[in-house]
Amino acid sequence: MFSFELLLDAVVIGVLLGCFYAAVSLGLSISFGLLDVPHVAHPAFLVLASYAVYFLNEHYGVDPLLAGLLITPLFFLFGLLAYRLYYETFEKRGSDAGVRGIAFFFGIAFIIEVLIILQFGVDQRSVTADYVGKAWRLGDMRIPFRLVVAFVVAVALTVLLTLYLSRTFMGRAIRAVAQDQEALRLMGANPIRIKQWAFGIATAVLGIAGALLIIVAPVEPTLDRAYIGRTFCVVVMAGLGSMSGTLVAAIILGVAETIVLTLFGASWAPAISFAMLLGVLAVRPQGLFGRRS
Amino acid sequence: MKRTGIYFWTGAALFLGGALLMTQLIGNQYPFFAGYVILQFIVLAVSWSILGGYAGYVNFGTAAFFGMGVYTAVFLFKATGAPLPVQIAAAAAVGALMGFALGLLTLRMQGIFFSIATIAATIIIETAITNWRYVGGAAGIQLQRPAVTAPFDNYVEMLFFVQALLVVLAVAVSRYIQRSWMGRGLQALKDDELAAECTGVPTLRLKLMACVISGALMCAAGAPSAMYLQYADPSSAFNLNYSVSTLAMSLIGGTAHWAGPVIGAIVLGTTQQLLTVTISSEVNVLVLGVMLVLFVVAAPEGIIGLVRRFRRKRNEGEG
Repeated sequence: MFSFELLLDAVVIGVLLGCFYAAVSLGLSISFGLLDVPHVAHPAFLVLASYAVYFLNEHYGVDPLLAGLLITPLFFLFGLLAYRLYYETFEKRGSDAGVRGIAFFFGIAFIIEVLIILQFGVDQRSVTADYVGKAWRLGDMRIPFRLVVAFVVAVALTVLLTLYLSRTFMGRAIRAVAQDQEALRLMGANPIRIKQWAFGIATAVLGIAGALLIIVAPVEPTLDRAYIGRTFCVVVMAGLGSMSGTLVAAIILGVAETIVLTLFGASWAPAISFAMLLGVLAVRPQGLFGRRS
Repeated sequence: MKRTGIYFWTGAALFLGGALLMTQLIGNQYPFFAGYVILQFIVLAVSWSILGGYAGYVNFGTAAFFGMGVYTAVFLFKATGAPLPVQIAAAAAVGALMGFALGLLTLRMQGIFFSIATIAATIIIETAITNWRYVGGAAGIQLQRPAVTAPFDNYVEMLFFVQALLVVLAVAVSRYIQRSWMGRGLQALKDDELAAECTGVPTLRLKLMACVISGALMCAAGAPSAMYLQYADPSSAFNLNYSVSTLAMSLIGGTAHWAGPVIGAIVLGTTQQLLTVTISSEVNVLVLGVMLVLFVVAAPEGIIGLVRRFRRKRNEGEG
């Protein structure tokens, strides 16, 4: 049953899948990694984006990637709003934001889940496009086109965000606010405005990521629960806030998942990301490439 | 202090007596079906608060403890046909062990990392059970209830009473902890763990004790569920909804006092039962989410906090 080709196949697919995981985790890498917001609703936002893409694709025949791009500004505004609400109710008051902050985002996640169910039902939904459902043959290997699309977009997204955070004024300001908020305040900048902007960017990226999610596989309203494990696994393993680390960590997760899938079958797959997450938290909480705080 | 003790135990005795009387007088099965769920959530919320409220460690693994309680009962029942009390006791033992492991986790993780680790543990355990054929795997398992013992003439009525007993046990334990040195120690480590450790509070021992007690009670609350539903499957036994419901009930009631989770579970549990019957189970989850967000934003201390604030204002008005 086990063969070298099978393993190679798993690794190739795993790398592609991993890049896709990076794309869906980038937003969390900013919001949780850089801004320390306990954003457990991130995967719920992601699934919401997928359903928005599904809606545009199903009713207006918009290409899923274009649809993802179209909803990006909307998600940016949504992110600005969400951070404002979070800031006003928790960060401003200071103490004990931890417990209630997490509860707050869990509540939001549940509300999003149910609203999706009420609107679209519990059935799986998928999009139609030229590149969904076709595969690319490479010798004996069969590489689904949708994974290649996700891979290309994911890598582009990671590069863009890395450049944004290191080259632009606002990007550097975001990294500065993550390092020392007080210092920024003393220099006359408003750290809250910068954090709000960063959270907006983190949420805007989900527009594209949501499009990738529904391109890679059909979505259902409660899919966000599985992605809590994947996204947090990637972000924590990457070391909080490192973009290139996010890509590497996501590839490790992708390869691990496909290998376990090939060797032990699909029923063990859901536990992989959570087991890796638990392992990283227990052994090396600062992540593989992380800063020490 | 002594007087409140008498009040408390009288109240507990009246509650149990009332529950027993109900099983003897009411013929309609529905109140027991609905009441059982509410009682179960009281136990979960009260025992969750021992760790989550007093010590401030947000455990999202309620579903893991509950589910393990269910599956301990399932396993014992299938393997040996063990009676209900044995199932519950065994579940409590399993829960205590899991709680101990959880307590060790607190050594390395705090805040959101601890919470995420508990979610992770839940999914890992669920996956393991899903792959365990003996207890039914992913498809679940059907269970045949054994004959009911006197004085009950119906199994659900008996389970209702058993869960009422667990409520009294959980509340008594939680109340004891709050009023003893343990409660004060947990309060100290919630405010500042390092400072507490430095002033001689045995933080590790306290955390381990809180985790073990909380875990044992949550697992015990899950055990009768197998017989209640006559069916068990991993995805509903380990459903994240248990974690979020329990958390919501505790926070809505208020975690500063043992009565908070009781009030929260009664309010939210009753609302949910009514909504499930009248509208749908989806709306019921929606209400859960909305109430959780509303309370966390607008009334951070829960109902207990609101009552206290109201009383303080009235006292100031009089003075």
